[in-house]
Amino acid sequence: MRYDVTIIGGGVIGCAIARELLRYRLKVILLEQECEVGFGTSKSNSGIIHAGHHDDPRTLKGRLEWLGNQAWDQLADELGFGFKRVGELTVAFDEAQVQTLHKLKAQGEAKGVPGLALWESERIRCEEPNLSQEIKAALYAPTAGVVNPYQACFALIENACASGLELLLEDPVQAITPHADGLRVTTVKRQLDTRFVVNAAGLFADEVAAMAGAGTFRLRARKGEEYLLDKRLNGFVTRLIFPCPTPASKGILVIPTYDGTLMVGPTAHWSDKGDLATTPAGSDEVFSSVRRLVPGLSELDCIAEFAGLRAVTEDEDFIIGASSVKGFINVAGIQSPGLTAAPAIAELVRDILQDEGLELIPNESFNPYIKAPIRFATLSTEEQVALAARDPHYAHIACRCELVTEGEILAAIERGARTLDGLKFRTRAGMGRCQGGFCTWRCLGLLSRELNLPIPALTKRGNGSWLACERLNHD
Amino acid sequence: MISAAPRHLRQPYDVVVVGAGPAGMAAAIGAKEGGADGVLIIDREREAGGILPQCIHAGFGLHHFKEELTGPEYAQRFLGQLLTHDIEVLTDAYVLDINPEQQLKVMSPHFGVTILDSRAVVLAMGARERTRGAIRIPGQRPAGVMTAGFAQKLVNIGGYLPGKRVAILGSGDIGLIMARRLVLEGAEVVGVFEIMPHANGLNRNIVQCLHDFGTPLYLSTTVAFVHGFSRVEKVTVAPVDAHFNVLADQGWDVPCDTLLLSIGLIPENELSRRLRLRLDPVTGGPVVSSTMETSRDGVFACGNVVHIHDLADFVSQESFLAGRSAGAYASGYKSLSDNIRLIPGENVRYCVPHTIASEREHTVYLRVTRPMQACNLRLGTVYQRPLRYAFPGEMVTIKVKPSFLERFHGEALKIDIWPRQGDEP
Repeated sequence: MRYDVTIIGGGVIGCAIARELLRYRLKVILLEQECEVGFGTSKSNSGIIHAGHHDDPRTLKGRLEWLGNQAWDQLADELGFGFKRVGELTVAFDEAQVQTLHKLKAQGEAKGVPGLALWESERIRCEEPNLSQEIKAALYAPTAGVVNPYQACFALIENACASGLELLLEDPVQAITPHADGLRVTTVKRQLDTRFVVNAAGLFADEVAAMAGAGTFRLRARKGEEYLLDKRLNGFVTRLIFPCPTPASKGILVIPTYDGTLMVGPTAHWSDKGDLATTPAGSDEVFSSVRRLVPGLSELDCIAEFAGLRAVTEDEDFIIGASSVKGFINVAGIQSPGLTAAPAIAELVRDILQDEGLELIPNESFNPYIKAPIRFATLSTEEQVALAARDPHYAHIACRCELVTEGEILAAIERGARTLDGLKFRTRAGMGRCQGGFCTWRCLGLLSRELNLPIPALTKRGNGSWLACERLNHD
Repeated sequence: MISAAPRHLRQPYDVVVVGAGPAGMAAAIGAKEGGADGVLIIDREREAGGILPQCIHAGFGLHHFKEELTGPEYAQRFLGQLLTHDIEVLTDAYVLDINPEQQLKVMSPHFGVTILDSRAVVLAMGARERTRGAIRIPGQRPAGVMTAGFAQKLVNIGGYLPGKRVAILGSGDIGLIMARRLVLEGAEVVGVFEIMPHANGLNRNIVQCLHDFGTPLYLSTTVAFVHGFSRVEKVTVAPVDAHFNVLADQGWDVPCDTLLLSIGLIPENELSRRLRLRLDPVTGGPVVSSTMETSRDGVFACGNVVHIHDLADFVSQESFLAGRSAGAYASGYKSLSDNIRLIPGENVRYCVPHTIASEREHTVYLRVTRPMQACNLRLGTVYQRPLRYAFPGEMVTIKVKPSFLERFHGEALKIDIWPRQGDEP
C-alpha cells in the first residue's frame, strides 16, 4: 500500500495541511514524534493572529500573513476552537516611533488590511486606561486576534482524522529514501511508501530535509519566554499591546489571551533546539519591558511561565516549496507569523503538490465541521443550569480555578487526550492559578479509568514524563 | 468520612458554611451553639474534612482536645459532632457564586444548579499552595515539579510515591511533613532548601521531620535551575545573599527526579472577591471584625481563608467564634460594633482580627516579619508582655482582656514587638 502524501510533523502547519489535503480523495498519513499533536512550538507561542500589516509584503511570510489572517473566522467557526478578534495597538513613545507607525500603516494599507487607524493619546486613555501615560500615539489594527493555538491543532487533526487521515504518534522519522517513483519513509515503528513527503517538522525540518538529501538549509532556534498572570487582571488590558517594532523583533507584548488570562512576552534570543528553560534574565526583560507599556503589571501576579522555540532560517523568511529531491516538499522556518499564516500555508502547499503532479479530486464526503467542545465556564447561566440538569458530569467541577467540569474532561479523553498536558490544553484543567494543585489528582483518576491504564503509566506529555511511581505495598 | 447529598435542601438556612475543612466544620458547630437552627456545610470534594484526611501524621488536637491525634482522627471528632448537632453536609457541590443578598448559586451532580437562601454565610474555603509560577523558578519544564500538598495526596490517599529521589524547596510545614513521610515510604530526600535565613515551619517539625531522619536543611539557599526534559533529572541549588540575589558561582547540582514545593499558602478568596469584600493586602484574606464578620453584613470568614494558620487547632478555635457570631446574627442578635482598630507596628506583619471591642475579651493572632530573640510585645501603652522569641513561622497570640482597655479612650492600638533593652523585664 502506498500513501499519496506523508506529512512529517503535527504542529499547526502539519495539521492545517492535513485537513486541507483531506478535502480531496487522497491517502494521507501524518507522523508526529510527540505523543499528541501541537506539543512543540505550536503550544508554546503567543497565540496571536497578527493583524496583517506587520511583515513586509515583499517576503513570503509578509504575503501569507494577511492571507492567513482572513481565514481564521471561518476556521474557528467550522472547528469550534477559541478565536477572537480583539484588535491590537502598536504604541509610540516619541516622534521617531510615530513615524514608524505611519510607515506600518502605509504598509498595511498597501496590503489591503482594513481599519488601520492612528490613535492620539486621548483616545488611548479612554480605550485602554491602564496603558502608560507616556504613550504619544498608537496604531490601532482591528483585524488582530487571539487564538488557542493548541486547540486549533486538536480541532484540525480531529477534523482531518474524521475524513480519513491516518495519524501516527510517538514515532520519529529515521530515514527517507527514494523508492520506485516516490519515497520510502522509515520510522522507529514502521516503514511506509509514499508519493510525496511534506516536511513540516518545525524546528527539526532541516534535519528531516537532510535525511532525504534535501538539506540545503539550516534552522536555528530562537527562544521566547512567556509569563502568564493571574486571572484577576482579566480586562486590565483588552487589546494586544505591541511596542514599536525594531528591525529585529516585534518586541515584548501584552496579550489578553482568548481565555481571559493576561500573558506577557516573548523574549527573542538564540538558543539550542532542546532549550525550553525560562530564566531570571528573561523574566526581568519581559517584566521591565511590559511595565513601560502597562505600568500596573507585576511579576507578583505570575502564575506560570514557559518558553517556546522559533524555527528561524538564514534570511528569516519561510521556506516553502519543492526541493531537489523529487516528491519532497519543504515547509520550513515557519516562525512568526506562522500561526497566522497556517491556513494560507496549507493552501499554498496544496497548490505546490498539484504543480508537482498530485491529482486533486474533491472528496464530496468531506465535512468541514466538527462539534465544538463544550466549555462550561463560558456558557450563560441559563445554559449552565440546563446542561447541569441534563448531564450530571457537567454539574461536577473538576478544576476549580478554571471552572472545568468532569464532563469536559471525559469528552476530551474521548476526543483523543492521552496525557495530563493533553487534557490541560484541551480543557484548561490545571491552567489556572493553582496550576493543577487540586485537579491533577482528579484528572489522573479519570485518565486512568477511561484509558484503562494504571496511574504510574500516565505521563505529563509522553516520552518518559512520568508522574508517579508504582503503588506502595504495605501488605 | 461523611459525604452526603441531602435530597431535600431545607431552605432558607440560618447559616450556610462554604467549605467542610477544619474551619467550616468548627464554624457550623459554632453556628448551632450560637443559636442557628438550619445549618448547611457545602464542600466541593467528595468527602468532608478538607485537607485533614490526607494529613495522616500526628500532631493535631493538642490544643483543642488536649491529646495528640492524626488529621483523619481530628476530622472524625468534628464529623461526629456535625451529626449530633444535626448539621447538613452537602459534598461534591460547588458554590458558583454568592450575591449580596446571601443567596448562593450551588451546583452538584445530584441536583444540577440551585439557589440557596441563607441569613448568614461563613466563608471557610481554606487556602491553595503557591506554585512554581508564583516564584518563577528558572529552568526546563519537566514532569516532577509539584507542590508538597499534591505529593501528600499522591502518597497518603493514592498510595503512590511521587518519585524516588526528592529535593524540597521551602521549609513550610507541609514540605517538612512530606520529607519525613517520603523517607518512611522508601524515597530518598536529598535536602530541604530554604531561601530565608530561617526555617518557615514549626520548630517541632524541623526536629521531628528533618533532624530525626538526618535530612539536611540548607538555609539562605534556593533552587536556581530545574534540569530535565521529560522528568526532573537534577536541580541546581545556590546560596543567596542578604537581598536574595542568587550567588550562582557558589551553586551545586543535586541529582533528583522530583522537586517538591513548600513555599507558602495563598488564601482562596475568589468568592470573597465576587462579593467585593474588603481584603487585607498582607494576609490576602478578608478584613474581619472581632466577631470574624467581613466588610459585608452577615458574611463571616474563618480559617486559612482569612490568614494562614500554623495549626488546625487554631483554625478550629477561630472558626467556632465565626460560627457562633454567624449563628447569633442569623438569630437576630446584634452585638455592639468594634470601637478599636488594631495596627501592625514594629516587626508585626499583620494581626487578625483587624478591630476589637473594648467591652469583650479577644484572642488576637499576629505574625512577625523577622525572627527576634528576647523581645517585648506591646499593645499600645495598655499592655506588654515578654516573649522568649518570635519567629515568622509561629503565630503569636494575645489575649486582650476588657481590663486592659478600661482606661483607654483612643480609637486605635498599635502592636509592636521590640527587642528587650538591658534591664527591661
